[in-house]
Amino acid sequence: MRDTRKRFDVWTNISLLIFVFYILFLALPLFTMLFKSVYNGTTGDFSLAYFTKFFSKPYYLNALFNSVKVTVSVTLLAAIIATPLAYIMATVKIKGSSAIRVLILISSMSAPFIGAYSWILLLGRSGVITKFVSSTFGIQMPDIYGFTGILVVLTLQMVPLIFMYVSGALKNMDQSLMEAAESMGYKGLSKMRKVLLPLITPTLLAGGLLVFMRALADFGTPMLIGEGYKTVPVLIFNEFISEVGGDDGFAAAISVIVVLFATTIFLLQKFVANRKSFTMSALHPIEAKKKKGFGNIAAHAVIYLYTLIALLPQLYVIYTSFLKSNGRVFVKGFSLRSYQDAFSNIGGVILNTFFLAIVSLIVIILLAILIAYVTVRRKNALTNTLDIFTMFPYIVPGSILGIALLITFNNKPLALSGTAVIMIISFVIRRLPYTIRSSAAILHQINDGIEEAAISLGASQMKTFFKITLPMMLAGVVSGAILSWITIITELSTSIILYTGKTKTVTVAIYTEVVRGNYGVAAALSTILTVITVVSLLVFLKLSGQKEVSM
Amino acid sequence: MSVTITIQDLVKKYGDTTVIPELSLEIKQGEFFTLLGPSGCGKTTLLRMIAGFNSIEGGTIHFNERVINQVEPGKRNIGMVFQSYAIFPHLTVKGNIAFGLENRKLSKAEINAKVDDILKVVQIEPYKDRMPKNLSGGQQQRVALARAIVIRPDVLLMDEPLSNLDAKLRVDMRNAIKDIQREVGITTVYVTHDQEEAMAVSDRIAVMKSGVIQHLGTPQEIYQRPANVFVATFIGRTNILAGSITKAAGGSYALQLGSGYAEELSNIEVPRADAAANTLNVQISVRPEEFILTEDQTGMKATIVHSVFLGQNTHYFVDLASGQRVEITQESKASQILEPGQVIYLKVKKEKINVYDAAGDLNYTRGARL
Ligand SMILES: Nc1ncnc2c1ncn2[C@@H]1O[C@H](COP(=O)(O)OP(=O)(O)OP(=O)(O)O)[C@@H](O)[C@H]1O
Ligand SMILES: [Mg+2]
Repeated sequence: MRDTRKRFDVWTNISLLIFVFYILFLALPLFTMLFKSVYNGTTGDFSLAYFTKFFSKPYYLNALFNSVKVTVSVTLLAAIIATPLAYIMATVKIKGSSAIRVLILISSMSAPFIGAYSWILLLGRSGVITKFVSSTFGIQMPDIYGFTGILVVLTLQMVPLIFMYVSGALKNMDQSLMEAAESMGYKGLSKMRKVLLPLITPTLLAGGLLVFMRALADFGTPMLIGEGYKTVPVLIFNEFISEVGGDDGFAAAISVIVVLFATTIFLLQKFVANRKSFTMSALHPIEAKKKKGFGNIAAHAVIYLYTLIALLPQLYVIYTSFLKSNGRVFVKGFSLRSYQDAFSNIGGVILNTFFLAIVSLIVIILLAILIAYVTVRRKNALTNTLDIFTMFPYIVPGSILGIALLITFNNKPLALSGTAVIMIISFVIRRLPYTIRSSAAILHQINDGIEEAAISLGASQMKTFFKITLPMMLAGVVSGAILSWITIITELSTSIILYTGKTKTVTVAIYTEVVRGNYGVAAALSTILTVITVVSLLVFLKLSGQKEVSM
Repeated sequence: MSVTITIQDLVKKYGDTTVIPELSLEIKQGEFFTLLGPSGCGKTTLLRMIAGFNSIEGGTIHFNERVINQVEPGKRNIGMVFQSYAIFPHLTVKGNIAFGLENRKLSKAEINAKVDDILKVVQIEPYKDRMPKNLSGGQQQRVALARAIVIRPDVLLMDEPLSNLDAKLRVDMRNAIKDIQREVGITTVYVTHDQEEAMAVSDRIAVMKSGVIQHLGTPQEIYQRPANVFVATFIGRTNILAGSITKAAGGSYALQLGSGYAEELSNIEVPRADAAANTLNVQISVRPEEFILTEDQTGMKATIVHSVFLGQNTHYFVDLASGQRVEITQESKASQILEPGQVIYLKVKKEKINVYDAAGDLNYTRGARL
């Protein structure tokens, strides 16, 4: 009796309110998209014509094939590179390892397309390295455009994610597991294969899924460096944006196909991961030991080389931001001209970005705290549904969510397209999960008894929440919020679809300047963005007292 | 003020499974009452029903004359001590203790005075301004206790408060808890699965199994006259032997323990339902210390299997003629310990042993009661 009454407390109302928010801004847009994909606006009929069109033309199928190829290759390659890196860092004492971890982290925090454009500057047809190699050695560098370029850029972008996942797993692995394997005669590679690999498989599956989804959704990289190599996000963008011949309904249909594909992969991963999952906690974590001789040198070389390559694009962009430029070409000598141009021509975008990001962040923090609380502490059908809703941004690529929002809120009664509101909504929906996850994680660690203790001492539910629960959650909320913040200010794929002149953000500006060939201004803006990101990241690391970020 | 807790026909269900079927119980004012039982028997569930954190599917709970089924936990005026301590990690010791008082419309000065008083009672005055993470387990335990009793609750509820402490501290703290409880005189319900702890602190104990109270009594009653075989084996160590009783002259019964060994018992009371039969099969609970080694080769024949010397006492594991292995305890003697393989003869202390019906559900021994 009392139970049912208790369930209908303040938290039920809060859950309902958040539920309505998700229905309105996530479920409804996705449903509208589904609707558009099977509805013919001119005849008023329902049909699968768009889907037939997609699957009958090699041009479209090819894009799908390209996407799958890129995504699978990036995921595998990132795992293959990241795992040994993490293992070396965990077992060998590397000079400056804390700094290296932070640098590797920084390399993953920029928008991927900035990497793409930097690699074009380095290895493109008229890139500095290309020119240098061909003039000194007379050798023609391999082509960076197309599949290779996308693979290089995205892999470098994704390695840090798997690196962090695996590092985390290794930290929870007890030294004695390895020693036990050795005592039973397993050494070197067989030890890796028989013990290490199975133990980090759940982690690789989790990290792999994250990388898979990001690589699948990435739009800026193939757009810039792919040239003729079309992937599905590019296809959707073109179908949706192009003035002539573009078709919302068809874009919606392709989006539906992508979302279904991503959902299948997501569920498949969950199915496999569930069967392989276990928890580890280390009494005696693996310690990084000082190595001697060749092994030591090799380990250092590998780590330093990787870090350098990963950071190269960002460093080069920063470098070029101080060069004198003449439109598309950089000329001899240094100047701050690019910064002047950046501020005078499009300084507004920096303000826009801050305004949008800060408002989004406030909403995110508020919602995340409440959602984390109700999903962890008030488990019921409603909050379980909420929990699933919050997972969707993981599966739905940013550009697709952008399109879905746009086609839904194009008309009255909720004509939001072109407003700051729709931008904020998209940021909130997409970046909430970071803050929810870290807030929920900390809430899981807080014993239920603590709240019951407060209530048994006569505190009301709200007082308990604000005086006891919230202060204890705060650390998790803040660290998640910083991640949300960083990923908002580097967001491109949704903003590129939703922005207008008044709501243009820094990343959109960088992208458009790159496309226009104003490399100087693009570099200056990228540098500003990098500085903000790095500072935020350092604040995060300082506050959370960690050396890692969990994505 | 301290209250009497009356529980009538209380039912707890989780979905379709009934965890507590129709439990009734009265906990007296100012009493130190313990719920004791194996893991999963429903101790925590019952305690949390009294606290108001678990719903009630049937029956009533009264605090004195007031039915509290529908009262919010915060309005029941209870103090609660959790297994995990549940200390607020972001508040100081003082902040933790004052938390409940701040909900009670008291002036700052009153709060300070009350906090200082209680700090003295639980002896953690020097740590007043520390953060909880800088306290030892025992000190945290004291904070949790202080926080619960400073609000002068009608009822103090404790769920395995000592299970996170080491053995030595557990003994110290249980004495401290008992002393403090006596001093403040609050009706206390204490949950534990440690029978020694229960014996040490309780005025009365309810031994539970599967949501049903098996025996309710003082520690002494429960140890000496366990209501059924489950309680006998759960509390302390015991050996359960099979045997039979036969009516003898003068209302006494002859107890057959096998191998031709019999004792005449005058303290057996067979209920009317069973009384018709001349001979009844029974289960006999004999604690290790209730065996006597005879010098004259009378009693049950047994063979020593091995022995454990524990200083004051020596434990022997012996095989009876029936093949059953039993444990016996003897005060250690100056002479040699009995060797494995050695044959001995055993009798039982007939006024101490307990005789149960064949199913082990009913104690025939006089003085035993439910
Ligand atoms: N929320 C719940 N949902 C379903 N069953 C539950 C729930 N909580 C407890 N139970 C079941 O109720 C029974 C009693 O649990 P309870 O926690 O009261 O045991 P306990 O006597 O306190 O045990 P322990 O000594 O292990 O703490 C157990 O069988 C348990 O599985
Ligand atoms: Mg319990």
